[in-house]
Amino acid sequence: MNFILPHLPVLQVAIPLIAAPVCVLFTFGGHRKLAWLFTLAISWVCFLIAVALLSRVLLDTDISYAIGNWPPPFGIEYRVDPINAFVLLIISGISAIALPFARLSVEKEIETDRHILFYTSYLLCLTGLLGVTITGDAFNIFVFLEISSLSTYVLIATGVRQNRRALTAAYNYLILGTIGATFFVIGIGLLYMVTGTLNIGDLAERLQPLSDNRVVHAAFAFIVIGMGLKLALFPMHVWLPNAYTYAPSLVTVFLAATSTKVSVYVLLRFLFTAFGPSYDFVTLTFEFVLLPLAIVAMFAGSLTAIFQTNAKRLFAYSSVAQLGYMMLGVSLSNIPGLMATILHIFNHALMKGALFMALGCVMYRLGTVSLGSMKGLSRSMPWTMGALILGGLSLIGVPGTVGFISKWHLILGTLEAGYWPIAILIVGSSLLAVIYIWKIVEVAYLEKGINREEIVKEAPISMLAPLWVLVILNFYFGIDADLTTWVARNVAETFLGAGA
Amino acid sequence: MIDALISHYNYWLIIILMMLGLYVVVSRGNLVKKIVGLNIFQTSVFLLYISLGKVTGGTAPILTGKPEAFSNPLPHVLILTAIVVGIATTSLGLALVVRIRESYGTIEEDDILIAERSEDASKINGGSG
Repeated sequence: MNFILPHLPVLQVAIPLIAAPVCVLFTFGGHRKLAWLFTLAISWVCFLIAVALLSRVLLDTDISYAIGNWPPPFGIEYRVDPINAFVLLIISGISAIALPFARLSVEKEIETDRHILFYTSYLLCLTGLLGVTITGDAFNIFVFLEISSLSTYVLIATGVRQNRRALTAAYNYLILGTIGATFFVIGIGLLYMVTGTLNIGDLAERLQPLSDNRVVHAAFAFIVIGMGLKLALFPMHVWLPNAYTYAPSLVTVFLAATSTKVSVYVLLRFLFTAFGPSYDFVTLTFEFVLLPLAIVAMFAGSLTAIFQTNAKRLFAYSSVAQLGYMMLGVSLSNIPGLMATILHIFNHALMKGALFMALGCVMYRLGTVSLGSMKGLSRSMPWTMGALILGGLSLIGVPGTVGFISKWHLILGTLEAGYWPIAILIVGSSLLAVIYIWKIVEVAYLEKGINREEIVKEAPISMLAPLWVLVILNFYFGIDADLTTWVARNVAETFLGAGA
Repeated sequence: MIDALISHYNYWLIIILMMLGLYVVVSRGNLVKKIVGLNIFQTSVFLLYISLGKVTGGTAPILTGKPEAFSNPLPHVLILTAIVVGIATTSLGLALVVRIRESYGTIEEDDILIAERSEDASKINGGSG
């Protein structure tokens, strides 16, 4: 066992990467169930590695792994510190919980002959997201970003069996996602032009004397816009609602919980590690670009969500608002604000994972998630609807749920920065969340059931169990937030300490 | 001033190409033309990387024993990867266009929008969802 341990950082990415082509081999003989079991096993292996990495980083020191034994900054370095170990844990954890749910959901929603290829793309997507997070090399981030994006486009397009709009949703995401990634790579190119390095730690050092350099400013702008597109920052969010609505349920769960979070992480990494909040152009961007956009996102996302008639689209718009909260925390750039962002990366993964999984259960039984078809559904699917409502409470930020923990720190952050009107706006936009969650309560609990052709039964246990695991985690980390706040504080202090 | 413009002509060309590509993506309604625009946009970035690795009078970095100036090979290698990514994006995009054409019967964005709107309208009138 001892010879494996030092290689955990690379195994975190290499295992799913190698597993993806192996998964294709199940096509011979059409072992669909084996392909699913295989993906499940790989996800759990990744999760265990992420746990090992996080505990090692928290209890010991940061890990630096030189790929192919080429020492950094010349070779590619995998660098694990508390923030990316935390994000690795979120990605692989959500994947490990979501896959038991996947089998029946995929069985129902995706054409039978595509299942094995679907799981292959899923593994590639997992590889890409883990790779983006773990690598310490700027160009390597781009390569993994594209691995995850390309497989995401495929995964979204597999929703075509439910609705042909999955194709146009995937196409539009492909166009916008590629523009975003290309902007990012232009930024990296410009940074390489002036510094001659791609290693992020090395970049941070070499950028110090260059704070007045125009090329650096341009690079910064390209990276922020590129990542803004990928993370669906308010005016660049147009790809997100359709992509989430028409993707298969499993894909929506996985994407909503992980992929935008990874982009938030990359942005954090560049804003705080590579550039640092001591530069004027970074703080000006916080104050005049990210802060207003985040506030507009909080309201535009929630207001649009209220008027949706499709539950998946409703929660997709709510994601736009939630990403607004994350960016608000970033733009405050003080300890509680940044803690709120990091906590919300984790907490939002838990709540949106639970909510979209509940909708996946509805989809499994009804074949649709329009609010009109969910009338009186609480009587036939009490466990699913109960989970949906509890997840909704967490989204609003009711005390005792994870949503409360992140909003609490966010409000502390705004007060510390002296922006008390923004604290009121946060509460105001949470009230908008009450309205759209209430819409679902009204439809599912208060309205009379409609006559359905078949009797609707509760979702099967293999789908309910992962759903309720996430719901319980929503409350567990809402009541006992010691671990998450400790990690968040640790990270926030490193980020702000490095820049000071 | 003029000297600075002329000596950096490669960057001007790259910027023009970049803007052309982005403009095509935004302005064209034809899904295939959008992908062509995306390709032009990506190619301009490839050129940006390649031209920044060039050292005036430099040759390929092969050690011959003689004192020579070498061009920086690293950006070229990076772009090799980016080209592969670009090909994958293009082929996936075109594959999606084929599927869109099969199910909508058109590859014009406007016609697709009209088809989707009439679908929505019939859903509201028909009451089935």
